Amino acid sequence: MALGLAATAGMGIAQAQETIKVGVLHSLSGTMAISETTLKDAMLMLIEDQNAKGGLLGKKLEPVVVDPASDWPLFAEKARELISKEGVAVTFGCWTSVSRKSVLPVFEELNGMLFYPVQYEGEESSRNVFYTGAAPNQQAIPAVDYLLGEEGGEAKRIVLLGTDYVYPRTTNKILRSYLNAKGISDADIMENYTPFGHSDWQTIVAQVKEFASQGKKTAVVSTINGDANVPFYKELANQGIKAEDIPVVAFSVGEEELAGLDTGPLVGHLAAWNYFMSVDTPENADFIEKWHAFIKDEKRVTNDPMEAHYIGFKMWVQAVEQAGTTDVDAVRQAMYGQTVKNLTGGTAVMNTNHHLSKPVLIGEILEDGQFEIVSATDDVVVGDAWSDFIPESAKLTADWTYPWVCGNCEKPRF
Amino acid sequence: MPARRRIDRGFSGFLMVLFIAMALLAPIAVQAAEKLESLVTELGTAKLSKKQEVVDRMIATGAPEVIGILEALVGRDLYTRKSDKKVVIGRKAEGRQLLLIDPVTGAEIGLAGSRDVKRVKTNNKLRSSVKATMGSLTLMSPDPQRRLEAAQGLLKSDDLGMLPLLETALSKEEDPAVKDALVLAQASIRLQSDKAEDRLGAVGVLAGRTDPDSRVMLSRLLLKDGETWREPDADVRAAAEDALADMERRLQFWRTVEHLYQGISLGSVLLLAAMGLAITFGVMGVINMAHGEMVMLGAYTTFVIQEGFRAAAPELFGWSLAVALPAAFLVSALVGVAMERGCIRFLYGRPLETLLATWGISLILQQAVRSVFGPTNREVGSPEWMQGAMESVAGITLTYNRLYIILFSLCVLGAVLLVLKKSAFGLQMRAVTQNREMARAMGIPTGRVDAMTFGLGSGIAGIAGVALSQIDNVSPNLGQAYIVDSFMVVVFGGVGNLWGAFAGAMSLGVVNKLLEPWAGAVLGKILVLVAIILFIQKRPRGLFALRGRAVES
Repeated sequence: MALGLAATAGMGIAQAQETIKVGVLHSLSGTMAISETTLKDAMLMLIEDQNAKGGLLGKKLEPVVVDPASDWPLFAEKARELISKEGVAVTFGCWTSVSRKSVLPVFEELNGMLFYPVQYEGEESSRNVFYTGAAPNQQAIPAVDYLLGEEGGEAKRIVLLGTDYVYPRTTNKILRSYLNAKGISDADIMENYTPFGHSDWQTIVAQVKEFASQGKKTAVVSTINGDANVPFYKELANQGIKAEDIPVVAFSVGEEELAGLDTGPLVGHLAAWNYFMSVDTPENADFIEKWHAFIKDEKRVTNDPMEAHYIGFKMWVQAVEQAGTTDVDAVRQAMYGQTVKNLTGGTAVMNTNHHLSKPVLIGEILEDGQFEIVSATDDVVVGDAWSDFIPESAKLTADWTYPWVCGNCEKPRF
Repeated sequence: MPARRRIDRGFSGFLMVLFIAMALLAPIAVQAAEKLESLVTELGTAKLSKKQEVVDRMIATGAPEVIGILEALVGRDLYTRKSDKKVVIGRKAEGRQLLLIDPVTGAEIGLAGSRDVKRVKTNNKLRSSVKATMGSLTLMSPDPQRRLEAAQGLLKSDDLGMLPLLETALSKEEDPAVKDALVLAQASIRLQSDKAEDRLGAVGVLAGRTDPDSRVMLSRLLLKDGETWREPDADVRAAAEDALADMERRLQFWRTVEHLYQGISLGSVLLLAAMGLAITFGVMGVINMAHGEMVMLGAYTTFVIQEGFRAAAPELFGWSLAVALPAAFLVSALVGVAMERGCIRFLYGRPLETLLATWGISLILQQAVRSVFGPTNREVGSPEWMQGAMESVAGITLTYNRLYIILFSLCVLGAVLLVLKKSAFGLQMRAVTQNREMARAMGIPTGRVDAMTFGLGSGIAGIAGVALSQIDNVSPNLGQAYIVDSFMVVVFGGVGNLWGAFAGAMSLGVVNKLLEPWAGAVLGKILVLVAIILFIQKRPRGLFALRGRAVES
């Protein structure tokens, strides 16, 4: 059957059916399964919870789980299947930037709605995507501020270590320009990229040591992603680099990644997120309790992307109730200005640029795999789709409020 | 650092000497204890930026309990009890409970769950400065390890008042490592002196050394704050510059040594991963895409064995790897034999089909492991003797885990060579490889030899998994990371020859590590791959070409 026909047919079904379908697009196999399986479970929990409260618009929510198997083209295929064949009202999914970039054209073509829950490199704005993870100015910039500040040890030299793909490269581009603006010259910045799953860190750690032995206080900003982190930290520890001497702040290491690895060598190193499991608020205690009851395992941790899904899901539910329909265009307009109490205290707000306002927390890794918060922004930070520290994007704005149709222009278009 | 703080520290340094005398006599002044109590409470509530000040005041009380409290603070064992805001030391007890200890009296005051207490916050900066302050307290400890830590902590101190104490400590110190650290600490503090001659003397001490700490200190003298030199005296600067240049010259040589070592260590990892493949692919001619999964099975076996040790006999944990080795060999070998009997034997002489079939098996194995153990990494611990590093001259660190893996890979190579060259099975294996028909005519059960050969190759991969679990993630993807490298080593070294695999692995490792510092890890890998492609064009049979089934067909 032709796709266009399928799309219309799908919409017809959506109107008639007794349930509202919610797409869950996370890898359950392949290399990303390690991170994404948990998000699938978190979504199922949220949906179950909502159904227990009586569903939405008098209908039950029905999760449609697909497995794109960490295969980027398959992400696009599965997204198409979710929207045209299953007729889902909304999709929660993706982790890596490359998977998001793969599904983006599909969501735009079929006018779907995607909630993307992971911190990313920014420099993107789509009418069909709500970015509930952190933009660079909600994670990377505050983390570097911390390192340069008094509490973080007033670093004067920065090492940017990353996995070789779009997220670290773009983030580091922003950071380099930010550091330059802060008076740190290029000579005091070392940038190094490694392949996915890199396991032989001897040379690079030795290089970092060497770089740090030139008199100035040095800190490492790590955008190393996934599995490669474990051998990296092991090597740091074995070569005797202590967090007190050369602190490492990571953007991709959360509770889930720390579970199942010996955290002894990592103690004292840092991570920047908008949420930590250790946050002491009643909302969080409630969330963790629900999570443990749902997953039937007291040892399972919660993490930042889970909170992002929690916020995104609640906002979507509120927006649907407000709009009185699950129609994508109506819900999108209702999304702007939605507020949800986030799990760390305070309130998350959805802005018209499809990014959230969230607080930024810096945590130190503890031996039990949890984080101790050592610094937090006083107020929420508004997510910025287009970084101010890349000249060509500084002048761009994103605003999708009706009748604007502008995600990447200098002046509003109608 | 503000002048006031420096005076404070100087004062505390002086008090230190006093304090040690007091501690020896051990009169616990009641008044001091009371004051300490309130200071400890203050430590719990003070903001992070104010905590150092409270610590300084605590030291000024001269109470001997201060060491214990500061150690708890630095070790993250200091908590505030939520019920009454009392600051307590918490030690791990049964289950998830903490045994609470009164920091001032040292008395045990009951158990608490982790939710009843809140950790007293610290950060890297505070811990580092508290360690420096603590150095003055533990410099005379009878335990050399603590003296060493104290001396290292003092590296970050700028307290000139510490010098007399350091002097005394140096004159009594007999442990060479501690002595060395003390000399360094002394130089570091003397660099803070107002007298240029003192600083010059300190530069003189640092000049002959090559360790990173000395280098940091010397380089710091040559930094500028804006337009002004951080080191005002030109003579001191010149001396520092000379010393650095000299250091640089000597370091150059050691750096090459370091890169060679890293290359050999990477080579040994490649060798371990490829050795099994050298048999299954090299000798038997089977393109085994599931080879990486055999490695993975070995790593997971290690995990399971370690879990067993953790549950049954945690005190014997250091032996877990010794048990894991034969177990991993058996598991992988059995799976290998099953694979050969169940699938591969029907496909001999059809390389493409073998490739597809084994690739399918590799996916099945991966997903099976994922279903059983979950998608997340599994924690495989390193026994104590494999952690840390040997700090040698010039700040080169030879990490123990890599060192053992180098030795281990050589042992495995030796053992496999022995089996192939000296055992009856090895003889049969070579016979079948070289002339199957003749071997069969001589009464050798070729089918069984095939299965055993494949099992041997797989078992060796399993052993490699035990070693790799020590440096890499134990996850379902472990095998994929090594399959390409393994084929590269075997093809480059020359199919069917273990010495070829050895030469291939080592040269790939060394070339990779020599390229990496200037080309980066990504480009380095690409360059190596291109070089191999070019090499294979010239010599399709690799470094050492041998006779084997693959060659004949």
